[in-house]
Amino acid sequence: MSSTTRSPHLRDPAWLGRVFWAMAALALLMPALVATEFKPWIFFDPDNLKVSMRFLADFFPPALGSEFLLLVVRETWRTVAIATAGLTLAMILAIPLTLVSTRILSISALSGRMHFLPSCVRQIVRWLLIFLRSIPELIWALVFVRVVGLGPAAGVLAIGLTYAGMLGKVYAEILESGDAHSTQSILRNGGSRLQALFFGLLPQNSAELTSYSVYRWECAIRSSAVLGFVGAGGLGQQMDNSMKMFNGGEVATLLIVFMLLVWLSDLLSGYLRKVMQ
Amino acid sequence: MRVRLHQVTGHHPAAEQDGVPAIRNLNITIEPGEQVAVIGPSGAGKTTFLQIICAAIQPSAGQVWLDDMDIWSLSTKDLQQVRGRLICAPQVPPLPPRQRVVTSLIAGALPAMSLTQSLVNLIYPLKTSEAYQALEAFDVQDKLWNRVDRLSGGERQRVGLARILMAPASLWLIDEPLSALDPTRAEQAINSLVDRAAARGATLITTLHQVDVARSKFSRVIGLRDGAVAFDLPASQVTNSELSKLYAQHEHELSNLHVQHDTLSTPA
Amino acid sequence: MTRAHLPTHARPRPPIRWNSSIYWVIIGIAVLIALSFWTLDLQLARMLSIDSAVRMGKFLGELLSPTLDPKFLSKLGVASLETLAMSALGSLIAACLGLLLALPASKTTNGVKSAWYSITRLILNAFRSIPELVWAALLLISAGLGPFVGTLALAFHTTGVLGRLFAESIENAPQGAAQALRIQGVNEGRIFLFATLPTVLPQLVSYSLYRWENNIRAAAVLGVVGGGGLGQMLAFHMGLFQMSETSSILIAMIILVVLVDALSYLARRLMSR
Repeated sequence: MSSTTRSPHLRDPAWLGRVFWAMAALALLMPALVATEFKPWIFFDPDNLKVSMRFLADFFPPALGSEFLLLVVRETWRTVAIATAGLTLAMILAIPLTLVSTRILSISALSGRMHFLPSCVRQIVRWLLIFLRSIPELIWALVFVRVVGLGPAAGVLAIGLTYAGMLGKVYAEILESGDAHSTQSILRNGGSRLQALFFGLLPQNSAELTSYSVYRWECAIRSSAVLGFVGAGGLGQQMDNSMKMFNGGEVATLLIVFMLLVWLSDLLSGYLRKVMQ
Repeated sequence: MRVRLHQVTGHHPAAEQDGVPAIRNLNITIEPGEQVAVIGPSGAGKTTFLQIICAAIQPSAGQVWLDDMDIWSLSTKDLQQVRGRLICAPQVPPLPPRQRVVTSLIAGALPAMSLTQSLVNLIYPLKTSEAYQALEAFDVQDKLWNRVDRLSGGERQRVGLARILMAPASLWLIDEPLSALDPTRAEQAINSLVDRAAARGATLITTLHQVDVARSKFSRVIGLRDGAVAFDLPASQVTNSELSKLYAQHEHELSNLHVQHDTLSTPA
Repeated sequence: MTRAHLPTHARPRPPIRWNSSIYWVIIGIAVLIALSFWTLDLQLARMLSIDSAVRMGKFLGELLSPTLDPKFLSKLGVASLETLAMSALGSLIAACLGLLLALPASKTTNGVKSAWYSITRLILNAFRSIPELVWAALLLISAGLGPFVGTLALAFHTTGVLGRLFAESIENAPQGAAQALRIQGVNEGRIFLFATLPTVLPQLVSYSLYRWENNIRAAAVLGVVGGGGLGQMLAFHMGLFQMSETSSILIAMIILVVLVDALSYLARRLMSR
């Protein structure tokens, strides 16, 4: 099978390269493990273990007292409401931004290259959208909590701004990727941009646009639950409270409710998207 | 390996179960070490025929006997054992695009390899000399270390054929081995296959469109048409009139160098 | 004006099927939106007041003057490396765990499911539904504050995401090579190693690299609940209203995000060569 002296054509030419990359990866792995203070044995440290075990034991049974459940239902609605309000705000912001930034409604571009000023305006709006979506919504929420205080307003604003950035970008992409012919015909024949929008762009792309918006609503629900951890209300805030009090039973209920909420909104969004197609 | 089909009816995997069967009531016996060419127009059921023999599809009726065992009445473990002793080479070479030729070939030898051997060979190929010799038989040995997606169609087909030589198989089932090869390479390829099969005593069953090759290189030719055996003869007895009957209404499919169109239409 | 005289393929196709359920859906959505705004105590008056606007303005003003104190910058550098390491290590662990779980969670072409199919799918879905932040908050109880918790939080959540994506890739992979080995009686594990994995590996790596882009953003933020790195510094300084430090930290975050996006893009380009 293998011989001690192998003829050159039988030696693996890629072997040295692979060994090199493997060594390089290991060389990067070591400092990463150090930097992240990677000590899995900390879970088995006796004090930690005692606390974790008790916490996990508290999971069963999950807290099912009627008062608590009522609270959970209220907070769940709050989470959904924050997400819905946030996404509505995002759409209100995104729609005009999309319309300004999309090339397909450009009148100057009909005859070849876009003129300088419209092109600048479009570029600036694009950068604005990038800025809005690059900052994680949690950071926005932290900022808004300082400005408008604790409560759902911070969450709604945070989701509104971040998602405006995401919606704006994807709406523009959807509009530009469709067939430009009908829209451009309207513009070429002297129709206004609004007419081109309502009679050309929207009918053509409405299915994709609504599909993406519904998907984002589902994501907003998850975001909104998380934002509660910094004081924006909803399930997240309740989970934070219960965890701080080491109340495993309540945390278990909240986790289950959260997972159910995610699953339900997934189903609902799937159904809505099917109905709209 | 001895192959025996008894009243076998089989459907194409993608077709409905109660549709027209691809092969009907086939009764064929092939002795160990025999070399058989299967010819026929497209739609005759040649590929389904091979798939039935290699146990890729279960027949809807009839039995398939490999080495005197009714394969579909065996336990899964025993069936896997039998499978390890055959190899089926489909028309499109089963090679992952980004894999290197050497690893694809070693994969063909997996039924004979232990777990440790497989794992080691995955990371560092050890069976390189076998692979090299297998490729040499088809004049594609300089591609040993190349990635499959960097090869031309003809080279890929030859690598697919070399894979057969790597397998610990006593039954070789090959579907259209020469479709992407030019005449010289086709000649070399079919010679290698036939010689190596003979040297190992392996049973060789191959489907071909090149009827001249079928008649010149194989001792036995089976003609299939519409899922049934049109003829099953020693190669010397396959006359042009048999061929013209087999390929009636499909004459354009005859890929040939020596069989002329006009000789077919004149009665033998 | 009907278009019934036109052949079917030439009639302009309505993009949304206007039937009765659409109307109900639209009404339902409108009601949902109205209720949301109404039940939330948004205190719009307070939000849109002059006082708020002034505070916001002052806030933004302070944010526009980042600090350049070298001692602070070196701490910032360390925290950035910590966050980078968290995201990379977390993604790596997730890719390995995800692959391990994706194997039993995928069906072969013949529709055969392994015995572990349902439970691994359940695990992957559960891991995926719990956001990184919630994972971090849970793990804090057992492991205390620090980047280790952040790394694991990322790892577990991303395992769910990648595991599901990997399982789908494996199920949708072209089966030619795998089928050939199956015919030879090779067992499924070895079929995976020699046929399926080489076919899907580029896609798996691409998904993992793409997920790294998401994870660097998440890692930056996890520190807020105590997960170390830039996030922890941010929460600390913002809590003390030290706006110029906060602004430097935000800039570091943006740079880190841009850097990882670029690295991930380059790596994916390299792989598809």
